[in-house]
Amino acid sequence: MFFRDEHEVHTRKRSLNRGVGLVLAAFVALIFGLTVVKVSNIDFSEVPVAGQEASE
Amino acid sequence: MTDASINTQVQDGDAQFGDFVALLKPRVMSLVVFTAAVGLIAAPGHVHPFVAFCAILFIALGGGASGALNMWYDADIDAVMKRTSRRPIPTGRVTPGDALALGLALSGFSVVMLGLAANWLAAALLAFTIFFYAVIYTMWLKRWTPQNIVIGGAAGAFPPMIGWAVATGGVSVESVLMFALTFMWTPPHFWALALFMNSDYEKAGVPMLTVTHGRKSTRRHVFVYTLLLAPVALAIGFTPIGGLVYLTVAVILNALFIKGAWDILRRDETTAEADTYGVEKRFFALSLLYLFLHFGAILAEAALKPWGLGGW
Repeated sequence: MFFRDEHEVHTRKRSLNRGVGLVLAAFVALIFGLTVVKVSNIDFSEVPVAGQEASE
Repeated sequence: MTDASINTQVQDGDAQFGDFVALLKPRVMSLVVFTAAVGLIAAPGHVHPFVAFCAILFIALGGGASGALNMWYDADIDAVMKRTSRRPIPTGRVTPGDALALGLALSGFSVVMLGLAANWLAAALLAFTIFFYAVIYTMWLKRWTPQNIVIGGAAGAFPPMIGWAVATGGVSVESVLMFALTFMWTPPHFWALALFMNSDYEKAGVPMLTVTHGRKSTRRHVFVYTLLLAPVALAIGFTPIGGLVYLTVAVILNALFIKGAWDILRRDETTAEADTYGVEKRFFALSLLYLFLHFGAILAEAALKPWGLGGW
């Protein structure tokens, strides 16, 4: 009885910890996905090449 | 060690993950997601699907953040009203400090992330929406004036405008009209609710129109605002995001809505009490369908366009 009660407290805490963990993992995945999309959509023909301006 | 040393009761702040989700008002968030998505999809211009998904998510989180700030500030009112007394703060599952921290953190996070993912105009509109709902409506208007719902309704009306700004980087007639549709819809929607929930607002000391001006005046207000809403709803039909589908839906729904408001106007309290506010409850249910179907029709017009249908 004594240990079961303590276990219920831990169950509530575990629910919160798992939820926060999943949210953080989803956030990492989101940032990674956004980075891939943003980088792959850059038009590199418009990006000035280093040293090109100086030579022109 | 005795049993008294272990307390297995739910303590203040002993929240589960779901309690923090409840702070974000998921049902309001679903409306925010839907209207913002319609604004984004109906807008001209292309947005990468993943960026669009992220933008909608950040708009929803911003809406959730303002919900958490609202629950933090209004905990005293929520505790008194039956409809809101089971919320996480009045029941003690989440502490006010935790709710405030979550609201502020999510506000900053959602605005910055929307700016980075989409553009800074959309982010600025989201920041203004959060400020408007949490400060202008919750902290100022709600406890001060019976017009709280009218002006405060602007906060709930911004999401389609933000969605539009994500796609276009600007504001246009169409996005302003989508804003106006939700803005004008809010008063009759909430006043119909107040007509059959009046005792709760009275108990909480919220100056709802039914409390300050009486039910007869509220019935008149519902009718007048429903009449003013109709031209706004129909006007969208004549813009590039409208079309035959939208206009048909708008004509039918506005006719039904005006008929419902007319029925509310004609009733007295004795009749309303006799059928436990059946007409008012049906009008409230219709109001939910009204907004959903208007934005659904805009979405349908946008979906038909690739096939050469939809629009004018």
